[in-house]
Parts: sequence; structure tokens; C-alpha cells
Amino acid sequence: MSSDMSSSGHKPDGSAKEKAPPVSQPKFWNDPKKRSLLFQVLLLSVLGFVFYTIIDNTLTNLEQRGITTGFDFLTREAGFGIAMSLIDYTEASSYGMTFIVGLLNTILIAVMGIIAATILGFILGVARLSDNWLVAKFSALYIEIFRNIPLLLQIFFWYYAVLRTLPQPRQSIEFLGSFINNRGFIFPAPVPEEGFGLVTVGFFAAIAASWLIARWAKKRQELTGQQFPVALTTIGLVIGVPLVLFLFSGMPLGLDHPELKGFNFKGGITVIPELIALWLALSIYTAAFIAETVRAGILAVSHGQTEAATALGMSKAKTLRLIVIPQALRVVIPPLTSQYLNLTKNSSLATAIGYPDLVNVFAGTTLNQTGQAIEVISMTMAVYLALSLMTSFFMNWYNARIQLSER
Amino acid sequence: MKYELQPTLPPPANMIGVIGWLRKNLFNGPVNSIATIVVGYFLISFLVPTIQWIFIDADWVGDSRDACTSGGACWVFIANRLDQFLYGFYPEAEHWRVQIAFIILIGSIIWLVLPKTPKKGIVAALLLVAYPVVAFILLYGNSFGLPQVETHLWGGLTLTLVLAVVGIVASLPLGIVLALGRQSEMPIVRSVCVTFIEIWRGVPLITVLFMASVMLPLFFPEGMSFDKLLRALIGITLFQSAYMAEVIRGGLQAIPKGQYEAADALGLGYWQKMILIIMPQALKLMIPGIVNTFIALFKDTSLVLIIGLFDVLAIGQAANQDPKWIGYSTESYLFVALLFWVFCFSMSRYSQHLEKALNTGHGNRA
Repeated sequence: MSSDMSSSGHKPDGSAKEKAPPVSQPKFWNDPKKRSLLFQVLLLSVLGFVFYTIIDNTLTNLEQRGITTGFDFLTREAGFGIAMSLIDYTEASSYGMTFIVGLLNTILIAVMGIIAATILGFILGVARLSDNWLVAKFSALYIEIFRNIPLLLQIFFWYYAVLRTLPQPRQSIEFLGSFINNRGFIFPAPVPEEGFGLVTVGFFAAIAASWLIARWAKKRQELTGQQFPVALTTIGLVIGVPLVLFLFSGMPLGLDHPELKGFNFKGGITVIPELIALWLALSIYTAAFIAETVRAGILAVSHGQTEAATALGMSKAKTLRLIVIPQALRVVIPPLTSQYLNLTKNSSLATAIGYPDLVNVFAGTTLNQTGQAIEVISMTMAVYLALSLMTSFFMNWYNARIQLSER
Repeated sequence: MKYELQPTLPPPANMIGVIGWLRKNLFNGPVNSIATIVVGYFLISFLVPTIQWIFIDADWVGDSRDACTSGGACWVFIANRLDQFLYGFYPEAEHWRVQIAFIILIGSIIWLVLPKTPKKGIVAALLLVAYPVVAFILLYGNSFGLPQVETHLWGGLTLTLVLAVVGIVASLPLGIVLALGRQSEMPIVRSVCVTFIEIWRGVPLITVLFMASVMLPLFFPEGMSFDKLLRALIGITLFQSAYMAEVIRGGLQAIPKGQYEAADALGLGYWQKMILIIMPQALKLMIPGIVNTFIALFKDTSLVLIIGLFDVLAIGQAANQDPKWIGYSTESYLFVALLFWVFCFSMSRYSQHLEKALNTGHGNRA
């Protein structure tokens, strides 16, 4: 049995004066360097051959089926409608536009889901560690039920068993000027009137002012040790300033109330049931995973830290804010980002209930109409791949940053 | 004057027993009391009607929807279609084949899970290598005098299990190769493996399934056609192997460096080092991770309904469309959810138990 570690390629150690003993030239397959080179060349040529065969076969197949290749189709007219679009889209728009509409809808559901899942997940994660027996058990029950049932099943349940069984538009459930029926959730649309720009300006000015105050307060505390209630001022400014401006300028905001015309509603903003079902299912499912992440993060902060903070005379709220949460976040954020990524990828299940996301619109309808599977699927995959690579870059950056503060 | 020790007084009545427990766990402070009342009210107002609907008011026996009169859940619907939920469209006369395949699977898994059963290694090897062949012959037939059952007839829980088991068994060797390649010192091998893993981990399974069903046929020469099930299996296996590779890498990295160095010092070659020293130790550490990816895969198999395969969820969907049974979709979703939940929950409990059991050892694990 020949060994890899043998005398072969390595230069013998020892003083330079001493003449190296004559090294017998090993057989080239026993030389790790040459062997690995050979192996890699072999791998490359096999891969090259595989890719060549695939591309060759594909081109032949496409030619036989009369499918054109290339990205020209993106500028052609799509000719189909999309149930929900955040930008102007008509049937006369191009296939390229369907890509953008789908992408925006995917981003919309991902952002909505991430916000809801984070709030619900943090509440449940903290609740599971509560010393209230009922609250802790309730949270555990929730987590164990929802994370062990496939997401697709949950989406179907909310869509087919709950939302689609709601009454027709004519028998809508009505409250506060909003309507709920099997076509979705319809609520009055706010219409900014003249003078509303002032409120917007005030809002951004308040944010800028709070930021400056926070900087000033931090500097002052470092110099003099005096503290300033930054959080309260910020809340007061950001809510107060726009509110005061809004009231003083005579409440320049109208409401466009939805009205029942014929069989459907006109006016207002309609949230389609597909979006609601997908949002509920994604948030509820992901919240169960986030709760477990949060729980692990809080448990990872050793009890000595809390005790030390108490010994220093810190209040309970301050201990939580300054000692426990910053240390827990360091453990929580990397898995949390990967949960966000999972949620975004899972939002592609939208296609099963017909929410017009990227997969449904682009990899579905556009693919069927153009037949250009290679281009369409590659573009779709590239979007998700780019998202996931960006997330992992962020995570590496974040990990490197927080590592500095470690003892 | 008495000098004997007085007997200790009993604890206050409100600190022990049921009342003490309630005070300590449910009403220790105003905030907790309010939380208890709110959660308790929610639970009672939600659980009581639900339980009543599921169990007490439900109809269990009958042949048609006429039997469902009591206003509760209509389990008659599920009972009438139970065969479809379990076997899909598999011919009824051949159900015994599925049952045998299932019994062998469950039997060997119980053998592996129970502590102190002998020859676990041999059983595991047989399960990974011989069982897929046996199960394929049983399910597909066309040999040993068994009539052939086309794969488009497979469905229900059978298909779900086929997808999950094949996915995990086939992705294991691929995952091992990828994980070793990712740790290799050869730059080209390493970058090929990293690219492969990151691409598959970066895209949703559904696009992989789309790719497998739409693009895969284009990759092969004319006349070479694939079964729809096989295409889905190829997609799932490629996808899963990337996740498997990361689990295996985690296991490999948990092995102290000294083990690698000791193997080198003994003059073992690369494969000897891996097969004799590293893998036996690492595989033990990987089992919880493998079980966790299996749970994820098991839930993900439900996505095949989007490319037109009839797994257990798709059977439920199809049953809901049956005009004779319109309006009972909640029942079928609950039933399918229960099936998935039982499998996933027991597996996750097992994986947690294993993690605890393995954590007592030494090594550089925290």
C-alpha cells in the first residue's frame, strides 16, 4: 500500500549545506500533485463533454420542435392579463413586462410575509419561554402543529377551505366601510388632496431631526454621562409632527369608498384572496420556525449576564435592551436571514393557487405561450439565485462585523 | 421550657397543591393573570367548537353524503376514499404489494430506531442498497410474475413515501461526494462542488421541478423519453443532494482535526482515512441533520402536485373537486395534514432525542 505522505514531491527539510539524499522519482500516479492535476483535468473534460452533449441535444431538439432561441421574445407583446399588478400593465405590454410584474409581486408577498412572520415569530419565541404555563404551552402547541404540516397544504387550506367559502360580493361582510367576500378584501383608498405634500415633508423632517437628536444625545452621554429620552422623543416627533401638520392644513386626505356596482365592487383598494391566503400561510408557517430561532437565541445568552446586569443595578427593561437582546441577536440574525430567504423561495408556491408571482406569471403563462423553456426557467432561477447569494454575502459581512465585539 | 425542635409548619395552603400550582404558573402577577385569561379564553372559544366539530358532532359511517346530517365533520368522505388516499390509483388487486413494501420499510426503521437491537449496520446497509431494488420490483412489477403497474397509477401516501425515500437514499451518496469535494484541496474540484451546491440551494424546489419536467426532456437525444415520476425524482435528488452535502460537511467539520492528522500520521491514504476513520465518526453526528432534511423533503414532496403527480395532497385536492362531495374540503385537508403531521412530528422528536443522546460524548461539540 503506497502512502500519499511519502517522500515524493516534498523538499526534504534540513540545512541547505547538507546534500539532499537522492530521491527516487516516484511513479506519477503516486505523486499527489500530478495525480490531483490529472484528476482535475479528467473532471473538467467529463464536465465539458456532458455540457457539450446537453447543449448539442438541446439545440437539435429545439430545432426539431421549431422553437426559437434567444431573448427576443422579451420585447414581443404578451397578450394576456394579470390579476394583480403594482405597475401599469395591460395585455399589450411585452413579455419583459410580465417578468417585472411577477418579480414585483414576489417582492411584495415576501416583504409582507417577512414583516408578519417576524412579529408573530418573536412573540411566540418569547412566549415559549414565558413562566406562564398556559402561554408557554400554547406557543409550543402552535409551533409543533404548524411547522410539521407542509406549507402547500396550509396555503390550500386558507385559500380553498377558508377564503373561497366566504359569501358572494352581494352578501359581503361589511365593517368600517370595508368589505370581505370571496373576491377578496376591499377597503377605502386614501386619496391625497392638495396640501398633503406638507405632511409628507414633515414626516421626513421628523425622521431627520430624530436622527440628529440621537447623535447629539449619544455624544452628550459620552461626555457628561447625562441621558436623554431618545426613544420617546423619536416616537413623539415622527408621529406628532405629521399629525399636527395634517390637522392644521385641514386634513387634506380624502377616501375613495368602494361601492357595489352590479356583481362587483368599484373603487377602493382590492386585496385579492390569493394574496391573503398566501400571506397568511407563509407568515403562520415561517413564524413557527422564527419562534424556534428566537428561543434558541435567548437561551444562548448565559444567565450570568442577566445576573451581572442586575448586580450593576440596571433595571429589568434596561437589562433586556442593553444586555440580553444585543447578545441574543448575534445568535438569532444568521438563522433569521436564512428563514427570510426560505420564505422568499417558498413564496413561489403562489403558483398553486394562482397568485401572480414570478413563477406563476413568468415561468407559467409566459413559458407556456412562448415555449422558450430554457430562457424562462434560467431567468427565474437566476432571480432566486441572486437573492440567495446577496443574502449570504450579507450574512458573511454581518458575521464578520459582529465577530469583532466578541470577547 | 421545651428544648425539642418544633415540627416544621406545613407550607401555606395557597402555596401547595392545585392552588399553589395555579398561583405559581398562571397567576403570578397582574400581567401573567391577564395573559392567562386572554389565552385561556381564546383557547376555550376556539378549541371547544373545533373538538365538537371534529369528534362529537361528526359522522363516521355511511356510503354517501346523505350520511352527513349532524352538522359536524363528514369523515364518511375520507373513509370512502381511504384507499385512494393511501394507494392512489394503484389497482386494488395489487394493494398487497404496496403493503409488503411498506411493512418491510417500517420494520427495518423500527429495528434501527430501537436501542440495543443487534446488527444495525447490516440492516441499515440493506435498507439503503437492497431495499430500493426490492421495493421497485414490488411496486413496478413486470418481473417475478408480478403484473406491471405503470407509474402514472401510483399515488397517495404511497407516492409521497416513494418520493421521500428515493430522494433521501439517492441523495446520500451524491451528497457525500459533494461534501468531500467541497473540502478537497483541488481547486477545480472544490469550485465545481461549491457551484453545484450553491445553485441548487439558492433556487426554490418548484423551479427545479419545473426544470425537470420542462427542460430535462430537451437535454436528451430524441426518442429517449422519461417517465414523469422519474423526471421528478431526478429533480428532487439533485436538489436534495445539495442540502445533504451541507449536512455531511457539518458532520465532517465536527470531527477534531487530530483525527485527520492521526490518520495521516499512520500513513493511510485519502480513501482509507475517510472510510475507516472519519466517516464512521461523522455519520453518527450527521444522523439528526439527515433526519431534519428528511422532514423538510417529506413536506416538500407535496409540491409534485404542481407538475401533475398525484401525491397524497393532490389526491385530497382531486377529491375536493368531486361533485358528489363538494363542500367537504376542510375534512380532506385536515386528514392529509394529520398524515403529514404524524410522520414529521415523530421524526422530529426522534431527531431531538438523538441530538441529546449524541451530545453526551466528548469532542469539540459544545
